[in-house]
Amino acid sequence: MSALAPDAIAARVQAVFPNVIPFRSENGEPWLAVAPADLPGVAALLRNDAALACDCLMDLTGWDLKGYPAVPPSDDIAVVLLLFSMAHRHRVQLEVRAPRAACEVPSVSGLWPAALYFEREVFDLFGVTFRGHPSLRRIMTPDDWVGHPLRKDYVYPSEYHGVAHLREGQRFEGGPNRGSAGAAGGTA
Amino acid sequence: MTDLPGNPNPPSPGACKPGNRQDEQVHLTAVDEFLAWGKENSLFYLLFATACCGIELMQAGGPRYDVDRLGMIPRATPRQSDLMIVAGTITHKMAERVRMLYDQMTEPRWVVSMGSCANSGGPFSKWSYSVLNGIDKHVPVDVYIPGCPPRPEALIDGVMALRERVRRYRTLGIRDTVPHVVAGAGCDFGSHPGKSAIEIARQLPPEGKT
Repeated sequence: MSALAPDAIAARVQAVFPNVIPFRSENGEPWLAVAPADLPGVAALLRNDAALACDCLMDLTGWDLKGYPAVPPSDDIAVVLLLFSMAHRHRVQLEVRAPRAACEVPSVSGLWPAALYFEREVFDLFGVTFRGHPSLRRIMTPDDWVGHPLRKDYVYPSEYHGVAHLREGQRFEGGPNRGSAGAAGGTA
Repeated sequence: MTDLPGNPNPPSPGACKPGNRQDEQVHLTAVDEFLAWGKENSLFYLLFATACCGIELMQAGGPRYDVDRLGMIPRATPRQSDLMIVAGTITHKMAERVRMLYDQMTEPRWVVSMGSCANSGGPFSKWSYSVLNGIDKHVPVDVYIPGCPPRPEALIDGVMALRERVRRYRTLGIRDTVPHVVAGAGCDFGSHPGKSAIEIARQLPPEGKT
C-alpha cells in the first residue's frame, strides 16, 4: 500500500461522514474540519480503515480562535489532532471546534492511548472537557489552579497560595492584567 | 614525629622529644570558630537544578572548576545537605516543593539563589502566569548570583561570599548572628548595577546585627 493523496483521504472520509469539511493545510496535507459529534466515528475510521490506517497520534493540541481573523469571526476553542500512518506514510489533520461556554469534545484516548496525556494538557491549558477520558485532571498547573492559561481571555493570577506574583514595587508597562488569585481560596 | 628508617631529613636530636609542645601539635581556638571553620570547608550542597542554570552548576562540579576543592560535595538528599543552590526557574507549583526540601535540611542551612529566574523571575517575570518572581518569597536566601545563567566563576564567587557568612555563623554564640537575609532585604541588584555577589554580600549587616 502506498500513501493516499490528500483528496483521496478526504473523499474516503466524506463517503462515510458527509458533514466533514475538507481543507488543505499550508503544507498541502489534508485538514478535515469535524463536528464534535462526528469525531469518534471519524477517528475510528481513520484508525481502523485499511487504506487510511492512521495508527499514530502525533499530537493533539488546542487553539483559541478568539481574535483570530477567521471568517466568520468566532470565539470557539478548537482541538487539533495530527495523525500519521506508519504503514502508508501519510498524514491527516483533524480540527474539532467546540463553543467556548460549553467546551466539550469526545475523547479519542480509547483509540490512541497517547491522547491520555495530550487531552489532560489541553484540558488544563484550554479548558476543553474530553468526554470519556478516564482521568481528566490538570497536568501542568496545580490541581487547585483557577482558569485555563492559554485562553485568550485568561486573567493572570495576582497571587498563589498567598504568595504575590509580582515583587514589591514591581511594575510592568503593558503587562498582563493580573486580577485573580491563582488558587481557590487564596490561602495556604 | 619519629625517626623512621630511611627518612632523608631526620629530626635533630632534642628538638622533637615526646612531651615537647611542638610535637603534640596543639592548636588552641574557640569552639565556635572551629565549628565555623569546619562548616565553611564542608558545604555539602543539594543537587537541585530546575533549568539551564543547572548545567552551569554541573560544570562547576566538574573537573575544570571543581568545587570539590572547596569541600563542596553534591548530596542527593536534603537531609545530608548544608546548602541548597536553587539553580533555575521556579514555578509557583515547584516553589512549594522547594520549601519542602528546605524544611528537611538540618540547621544550620544556607540557600544560594542562582541566576535571574531564581532571583526575580528573570525573562518570565512579566508575562508568565506560573513562574514565581524570586525564590526568596518561599525560602530565606543568603546570596543572590546574577546572570542568565551565571558562569561557574560567578557561582564560585557567590560561594566565596557565602563562605564569609558561614565563617561568621556562631553555633554556640548569640543566636541573632544567624546569617539568613530576610527576603529581598539588602540584596537589591537593581540598585547595585555592576557589582558582583561578593561585593553585595559585604554590604550585608555586620556580625551580630540582622
